[in-house]
Amino acid sequence: MPSTLRLAPAVILGKATAVASRALRLGGGTTMPGRVARAVAPDITRQLAARLPQGCVVVTGTNGKTTTSRLIHHILQLAGLRPVHNRAGANLAAGIVTALVQHTDWRGRARGDIGIFEVDEATLPAVWDPLQPRAVVLTNLFRDQLDRYGEIDIVAGRWRAVLDGRPPGETVVIFNADDPLVSDVGAKFAGTTVPFGIADASCGAGTLEHAADARYCYRCGVAYEYTVVYFGHMGDYRCPQCGTHRPQPLIAAEHVELAGLQGSGFALRTPAGTAQVRTVLPGVYNIHNVLAAAACCLQLGVPLQTVARGVETFAPAFGRAERVRADGREAVLLLTKNPAGFNEVLRTVMRATGPAAGVVLIAINDLTADGRDISWLWDVDFEMLAGHVRSLVVSGIRADDMALRLKHAGVSSTVMTIDGNLSRAWDAALQAARNGEPVYVLPTYTAMLQLRKILQQRGLVKGFWEE
Amino acid sequence: MDLRICHLYPDLLNLYGDRGNLMALAHRAQWRGIDVHVEESRLGVSPAPGAHDLYFMGGGEDRQQVLAAADLRERKREALTDAVARGAVVLAVCGGYQLLGHYYRSAEGEELIGLGLLDVTTEHPGPQSKRLVGNIVVRSPWLGGRTLVGFENHGGRTRLGPNARPLGTVVTGFGNNGEDRTEGAVSRNVYGTYLHGPLLPKNPALTDHLLTLALRSRHGPIALASLDDRLELAAHSAALVRATSRT
Ligand SMILES: [Zn+2]
Repeated sequence: MPSTLRLAPAVILGKATAVASRALRLGGGTTMPGRVARAVAPDITRQLAARLPQGCVVVTGTNGKTTTSRLIHHILQLAGLRPVHNRAGANLAAGIVTALVQHTDWRGRARGDIGIFEVDEATLPAVWDPLQPRAVVLTNLFRDQLDRYGEIDIVAGRWRAVLDGRPPGETVVIFNADDPLVSDVGAKFAGTTVPFGIADASCGAGTLEHAADARYCYRCGVAYEYTVVYFGHMGDYRCPQCGTHRPQPLIAAEHVELAGLQGSGFALRTPAGTAQVRTVLPGVYNIHNVLAAAACCLQLGVPLQTVARGVETFAPAFGRAERVRADGREAVLLLTKNPAGFNEVLRTVMRATGPAAGVVLIAINDLTADGRDISWLWDVDFEMLAGHVRSLVVSGIRADDMALRLKHAGVSSTVMTIDGNLSRAWDAALQAARNGEPVYVLPTYTAMLQLRKILQQRGLVKGFWEE
Repeated sequence: MDLRICHLYPDLLNLYGDRGNLMALAHRAQWRGIDVHVEESRLGVSPAPGAHDLYFMGGGEDRQQVLAAADLRERKREALTDAVARGAVVLAVCGGYQLLGHYYRSAEGEELIGLGLLDVTTEHPGPQSKRLVGNIVVRSPWLGGRTLVGFENHGGRTRLGPNARPLGTVVTGFGNNGEDRTEGAVSRNVYGTYLHGPLLPKNPALTDHLLTLALRSRHGPIALASLDDRLELAAHSAALVRATSRT
């Protein structure tokens, strides 16, 4: 049977699987339909993606791709488009097909105009050919889930190999100029590139926080020197040997005002002019996400004013600074997954609580989606919590490892409660919070999903696919 | 009493939370009233021979490993050879462990000459071979048969020569090469291992063993006071359970 003939049954089967997996409560149905459809028609990604009239955009990197692609989705909707988006963190190849299947009708016609696909950093090479993206957004490369992906130099090398073979003119590469690893890949691309970055030294944290953040020039193997460090290894850098340095960003954030957990405001400078924007997304790391989304949407032809309005009206995804109200108290959920991200979250929490110590719940799991190796906990600067937290509840599969890390960070055992059961840990944290005082919840990915389920059962949040 | 630690290549070899090992060494000495001085020794610098009681080296990514190997031979050999002779402690994890052996042959067949302080050789069987990754439990005769817990992630397979003894026997996991059930290597007071996690915080018995050896090399026989290890032991047993569970 020619592969185009297989397409219709593949779509139908995929859709039926989605309905069935929801009915059977097998989960959100975010990858299963894609797996079924791909088994029936292996070429289905290419065929369905080719039916999107405006093509598609791929967002990849270790941190921020969910927030960035949701922002792009939101802005494009304001611009009158109907985006197809692999939501709910289903960013492996099967998740992409699932999204495509769900946005194709029974006759195989696309129900969307443009695809927005967030893709795991290691998956990028595999999805490039079938998707043929118009634009690729490279957010950042942090050490993350090492046991799954190998070392970040290897990931950067794979990206380099994918971009090297592309004829210029097909794809625009939008990349984070503040990340030397990403920049080194992006700036070498032969076609159109759009570097984005922060242009305000007052957001800087000074020098590299600790040795684990050191990054080396791809050519010389020498450590970069920084005039400004924003967080992790993001900043304004230069190789002292060959002179490779941060490219001038085309899309930049100037005059940044950080307002703790209330978000931030800044001047968005673009070739199309400058717009003042505000976002409820907290922390310096989210400025990068906003810049990435803005750069992408401007590239797709969205007017600057629509971009600015989109940024201002955007509400965060579950676990990304989402607020949940329970028993008259407020919990702020901040997903954590690697040292640089965790440090930024901790700094944002410390800025928000100030000297008045707060209540923090940390939940660490070590399932495949979290990274089975938890050694990264020792590269997070938990030292900043010592003496500044009134109550710290530790939970998750690796609660004991976390508690030991906190002991070495100088956190007193008198403020610590250890309970591997997340449901009880949640209750303990809420109990510790005085009325009106927020609880900061810092879970790893699967701990966040688990917490979401608990809160769903208690009627405090909606289900995934109801979003 | 004081303890002088030399941290080799803190910015180059620091892949798997290696600074946790430094914290465990320093804190467990300090909690007993011992003064601790940590000196960082980077590329291009030669530590003064005789200046330290304990040397620690972590693991790195491939390119960093190449830089460290050349520098080890040119700038650190004298201090480390002297350290072994006077009974000071050398602890090396993962990539650092490989560099203490005779050589490391990479997946592409490139050979890195090591210091030869441990009678071991390491070869990567090629880019298509499987990395040895996962939670690991080892039983160590150096600790009266107690367990060591950690996480391993290495492509290289290490084999012991006649002058090295294993740090322990693999209970679950891969160890040196995934075949002979040995893990790590010990020769005099030089310790090499694939366990990170990191290694020392969750294995207080090994930490205290190394502290005792290091202090003894300069201060003579000593006995370490006991500490409240409830959190350490809880983390140790949680890791034991985790290593044998299937999820
Ligand atoms: Zn250079």
